Amino acid sequence: MAFTLYSLIQTAILCTNAIAVLHEERFLSKIGWGADQGIGGFGDEPGIKAQLLNLIRSVRTVMRVPLIIVNSACIVLLLLFG
Amino acid sequence: MRMRNTSADSTDPSPLFEDTSGGQGATSYNRGHEKGPGGYPAQTLLSDPMSNLAMAYGSSLASQGKEMVDKNLDRFIPISRLKYYFAVDTIYVGKKLGLLVFPYMHENWEVSYQQDTPVAPRFDINAPDLYIPVMGFITYILVAGLALGTQNRFTPESLGMQASSALVWLIIEVLATLLSLYLVTVNTDLTTIDLVAFSGYKYVGMIVGVVAGLLFGRMGYYLTLLWCCVSIFVFMVSRWEHTHILRHARVKGTLTRNKNKVCFKFHKKLTYKQGRLFPPIKLLPDCFRV
Repeated sequence: MAFTLYSLIQTAILCTNAIAVLHEERFLSKIGWGADQGIGGFGDEPGIKAQLLNLIRSVRTVMRVPLIIVNSACIVLLLLFG
Repeated sequence: MRMRNTSADSTDPSPLFEDTSGGQGATSYNRGHEKGPGGYPAQTLLSDPMSNLAMAYGSSLASQGKEMVDKNLDRFIPISRLKYYFAVDTIYVGKKLGLLVFPYMHENWEVSYQQDTPVAPRFDINAPDLYIPVMGFITYILVAGLALGTQNRFTPESLGMQASSALVWLIIEVLATLLSLYLVTVNTDLTTIDLVAFSGYKYVGMIVGVVAGLLFGRMGYYLTLLWCCVSIFVFMVSRWEHTHILRHARVKGTLTRNKNKVCFKFHKKLTYKQGRLFPPIKLLPDCFRV
């Protein structure tokens, strides 16, 4: 199990991409994970499902532009250097 | 005293180094500068007003640059916070190492505070520190290299591979812990550096395991690894359950009224969701190592 820092960066980019492509209307709402379906009540205990949905939504909003930049850089580098 | 004088006298004709202070330096300086004013000893190079000014300007520039570097570095890496984690002494390190390998007899896990700031690790054995994790990390890499060497599998590149592997596993573990803490919405006062410190404590157990494996063979390695895994598990659960989580509940004021209920709720939350989640994640890297 030999990991390098480069493989860690690759894993991070791939995982963030995977979370960012989950579409709100077409997919998440169909399986009951939409953004408006997580907040059960206004107690002080959001629960794990609500936190997860919050996390997915915030990754989608925050990381959209940086992911575009990073992915473009990755594509260019892989085309040039294989 | 007398011996030194006689030895000085005996080495006078052949000195070990050139004596450039005083007359000899003055003559060489005068020979270099024909137009220079007569009788300039070498020390007045420093009292020359122009070079004085240059030296003063240079030292002020250096101190300004140092200030700027410190200020900018402090924005990214909190240096003053880091200094707290390295304020350890030998007794603390010895006791902490003993506690990591045998945490079963320790009763008081509270971190003592001093006017709302945690006491330095030198004075409190329950405070987290970064010295043991850093030293443990480096020692683990060296011991792993030693173990590879005894099996004739050692190359210098493998040492670097072990180092980056261990670093990547540490980063993954800290990220997994952060994610789990976020999902379970436990409000703690654990900072990221605290989590790095706690994740770094496992290197002590791993070193003990590898050394036992070198001394006692395969059986010794597995038995010691099992013992260290259980010890680290008990250490982590005791530390987190008794100090950080419950203290926050006490601050929020809910502990005074329904003490049993909150205790039970947090205990349940911690041991059923978090406790079941973390230590298996923590034990996983140990199992996959050398």
